[in-house]
Amino acid sequence: MDNNILEVKGLKKVYKGFTLNNLSFSLEKGYIMGFIGPNGAGKSTTIKLIMNLINRDGGEINVFGLDNIKDERHIKERIGFVYDENHFYDELSIMEMKGIIAPFYKNWNNEHFERYLKDFDLPLRKKIKELSKGMKTKFSLAVALSHDADFIIMDEPTSGLDPVFRSEILDILASFIQDEKKAVLFSTHITTDLEKIADYITFINNGELVFSETKDSILENYALVKGGKELIDESIKRELVGIRENKYGFEAVTSDVKKLRSQFKGDIVIEKPTLEDIMLYTVRGSKNA
Amino acid sequence: MKIIISNSSQEPIYKQITTQIKKMIMTGELNPGDLLPSIRNLARELHISVITTKRAFEDLEREGLIETVAGKGSFVSQYNREMMKEKRMEMIEEKLAHIVQESKSLDISLQVLQEMIKLLYEEG
Repeated sequence: MDNNILEVKGLKKVYKGFTLNNLSFSLEKGYIMGFIGPNGAGKSTTIKLIMNLINRDGGEINVFGLDNIKDERHIKERIGFVYDENHFYDELSIMEMKGIIAPFYKNWNNEHFERYLKDFDLPLRKKIKELSKGMKTKFSLAVALSHDADFIIMDEPTSGLDPVFRSEILDILASFIQDEKKAVLFSTHITTDLEKIADYITFINNGELVFSETKDSILENYALVKGGKELIDESIKRELVGIRENKYGFEAVTSDVKKLRSQFKGDIVIEKPTLEDIMLYTVRGSKNA
Repeated sequence: MKIIISNSSQEPIYKQITTQIKKMIMTGELNPGDLLPSIRNLARELHISVITTKRAFEDLEREGLIETVAGKGSFVSQYNREMMKEKRMEMIEEKLAHIVQESKSLDISLQVLQEMIKLLYEEG
């Protein structure tokens, strides 16, 4: 219990045409969790519910072991939030905006803030509206890192960022969890570079949890499978997800590569999957089902 | 200390780490009592997951090659050199067994194989 920075239990949110249904997962101190799923899967909804920006229709959320609604003020002091949309005042400069944000935090650390501004090459006097999307994200991240947060939550932080800065973020986040008391949750639909350092992956699709596990075990158990069409029969189909047949063969993903290996004796190619493969085939599989 | 991670390798990343650290211990590049980087530090440097480096270190601990002292870090064990040598002999035997099998499948006689090894041994 004490080791969890975040606990989501049976979370529910109903919109017209979309339900986030009975979502449960947790994140331990000292680790980084990637929160993945296609557009519209419910990632942003979940994050907004954690931040108590929208009302939930059921379930429970604990952050630092505290109820996220009852102890909202206290919790938010300790969360660094990086949001995919601009939530600053367009007409203000970075320095003016800081002047508004800083007093909200008891532990605002101006030295840290100024160091990040410098590290991130942010122009102090430019108006927010004149900043590129990447710069706004950097500014947002600088704020998130400057009030002694123990938990960083990022909603689609990498969209609009170039590869160089994405790699810098990896360093920043890895440094952030060096003392084993902090954690990071970031949502993304591009599962490339940030996935490298993620310890846990929580994957949701259509408002439902697909899995929440260590990345290593996911990549060990899942595999990309390719072979001739003659190999596909009912018993094999049960082991495959999101089969895509083409003129010359088929491609699919399996969630139990060991079992598949023991069943399949024929000519078959088994490859290491990326998280993107797993996501793609799972989503396709659920559409065909 | 040098650790190189290949993302295109079929070998899982934690295994790549254990293999390389083992090799450093066996070749004497790492000595008994040497301090290893912390799992978090190693993960940060290599841009990989903490869980991956943790698993690698746990495997090395299980094999008795390193020891972790809470609050201080992980060290190369005061291993027994004899035991180490035995382990390496086992490894060589395994490799030789493989070579013998390959040779048999190509109908290479024992004599020819011995000649090859002799030549290589004297060259080195």
